[in-house]
Amino acid sequence: MERSYEKYFRQNRLPHLWCPGCGNGIAMKAIVQAIEKKPGFTQDNTVIVSGIGCSSRASGYMDFDTLHTAHGRAIPFATGIKLARPDLNVVVITGDGDCTAIGGNHFIHGCRRNVDLTVVLFNNNIYGMTGGQASPMTPLGKKATTAPYGSVDRPFDACHLAEAAGATYVARSTAYHVPHLVKMIEDGLDNKGFSFIEALVQCPTAFGRRNKMGSPANMMMWMRDNAVMKAAWDKLPADKKTGEKFPIGCFYNESAMDYDAAYDQVIARAEEAAK
Amino acid sequence: MSKARLMQGNEACAEGAIAAGVNFFAGYPITPSTEIAETMAKLLPQHGGKFVQMEDEIASMGAILGASLAGAKVMDATSGPGFSLKQELIGFAACAEIPCVLVDVQRVGPSTGQPTSPSQADVMQARWGTHGDHPMIALAPWSVRETFDVTVEAVNLAERFRTPVILLMDEVVGHLREKVELPEHVEVYPRRQPKKTRAEGYEPYTPDEDLVPNVADFGRGYHIHVTGLIHDETGFPSGSPQVTKDSIERLHEKIARAEDEIVRTESYFMDDAEYAIIAYGGASRTAYEAVARARAKGQKVGLLRLITIWPFADKAVKELAAKVKGLLVAELNYGQAVHEVRRAAEGQCPVHFCGKYDMHTYEPQEIEAAIDAMLAGGEI
Repeated sequence: MERSYEKYFRQNRLPHLWCPGCGNGIAMKAIVQAIEKKPGFTQDNTVIVSGIGCSSRASGYMDFDTLHTAHGRAIPFATGIKLARPDLNVVVITGDGDCTAIGGNHFIHGCRRNVDLTVVLFNNNIYGMTGGQASPMTPLGKKATTAPYGSVDRPFDACHLAEAAGATYVARSTAYHVPHLVKMIEDGLDNKGFSFIEALVQCPTAFGRRNKMGSPANMMMWMRDNAVMKAAWDKLPADKKTGEKFPIGCFYNESAMDYDAAYDQVIARAEEAAK
Repeated sequence: MSKARLMQGNEACAEGAIAAGVNFFAGYPITPSTEIAETMAKLLPQHGGKFVQMEDEIASMGAILGASLAGAKVMDATSGPGFSLKQELIGFAACAEIPCVLVDVQRVGPSTGQPTSPSQADVMQARWGTHGDHPMIALAPWSVRETFDVTVEAVNLAERFRTPVILLMDEVVGHLREKVELPEHVEVYPRRQPKKTRAEGYEPYTPDEDLVPNVADFGRGYHIHVTGLIHDETGFPSGSPQVTKDSIERLHEKIARAEDEIVRTESYFMDDAEYAIIAYGGASRTAYEAVARARAKGQKVGLLRLITIWPFADKAVKELAAKVKGLLVAELNYGQAVHEVRRAAEGQCPVHFCGKYDMHTYEPQEIEAAIDAMLAGGEI
């Protein structure tokens, strides 16, 4: 089998630092597989920007111009890159803690501003790099080192949050549903505006083990058994949308003017005013 | 043909930035710096540049760093509380060597403090605000016209040394209106460019002869990696003690070896001076008047004005301390630069202090009184 995606990785930076069984590699590969299908996205005209955490180490392995920013700040840096060089494609890789806790304000305002970025959130439900602390996306009742009796903090649904905040493309998939995940990212790359894709990934070391979720394969089977395609989810009666079931698919997609296009109008009006 | 205009210090800062080639500004409203953002919002798009108002102080700092890496010349402006919030990414810029200028129009603190009142109490924060060992360049103008010039200088220094530069303004100068005539052309330091191709083995963080790396802008086909982790010459993180040591030393040395060029001071009434005032920024305006009045009374007093605050003017202060019988530091705070003056003076003469932190700038007579006390050998 041809592994055409390998050219997108810096072979001399591999192997990666993620634990055996981690889902981050699947999500990272899905991103380059999506990029590979888009002729407008090349290694020379695409910038990968990440924050801090397990997810965000991905940028170092990817053979593009890459930027590993500070914790939570990937979206502001990416905004600056895109506004300074609108001809570049900008993809952001972030995690549940990075994006929805310390970077939460940047996330919602990125959605609102509709800068043409594609943000892929690797959701492992935990702070993995620091050893398993609860994140704003740790499900209720799940254990973490900082929630040893189960988390009582109500978690974010990052897709709901993105849609409400103004993102123009919102989707979710999982590390189990790889072709679907690739398609969700592809559609996000196509959207000219702020695109948000949540990729649920298994963290066997810091999340699964503490919550007795079994092997990495067991965690992926849990994704298989609980993820419901949006079309089917929408037909489910409310009393069936219970337990650990969750929807995957594209939840929102609208065509709206992106920030760069809007700013071109600002420049035109400013130049007119200066005459 | 240039002509005289009535202009505020904050406006002159924005004009200077544009003259120096700044084409991207991200900001967040905060008194007393807001006019800089407002002026940039109006002028930048007229010059084909971009202004973006971000959601908070941290985001605006992040946005300018991203834009700088993409090849833009960048600036952000704030005041005390925002300066505190930006410290994290000032460190990122120092570590990843990203050219940027951050203006801090100082106000009274700590915390929300007195938002519209003048102060110079962020001198030490400018130097040490972000964590870890890092170099710093900070400049403090004393007039509207000098604000323009020093802003140009700040942008050029940031580009030349690939480092964050702090423009340490104060409310006195920021809100001061003066008649100025701006130059039609200024010297602009261009973005440093790679001297090798990828095929020739280009490494983004290999230092040039001046110890500054020629980091490629994004989107030029170099596929570089930029991180706030300690990294080696390839730009990728390194866990090596030697790389860590070398990296921290090079960051300091690239500035230290050019100190004689970076550090600027000006002296007034110094020819036969037996005593000297040291001041900077807005406070140095009043100090100048006080020294002029002292001279009129026959007192042999001069003024050393610091334009570069960091690196500190050790050499100028040391030489001065060897010549005079006493130094008096006048700054709008509880005592910050005075500690540096004492260190640099090396005990060659007494160093007196007349700080002020009551929401008002100096009256000349306050500094005159301190001069009288110094000359009389009494308490100041």
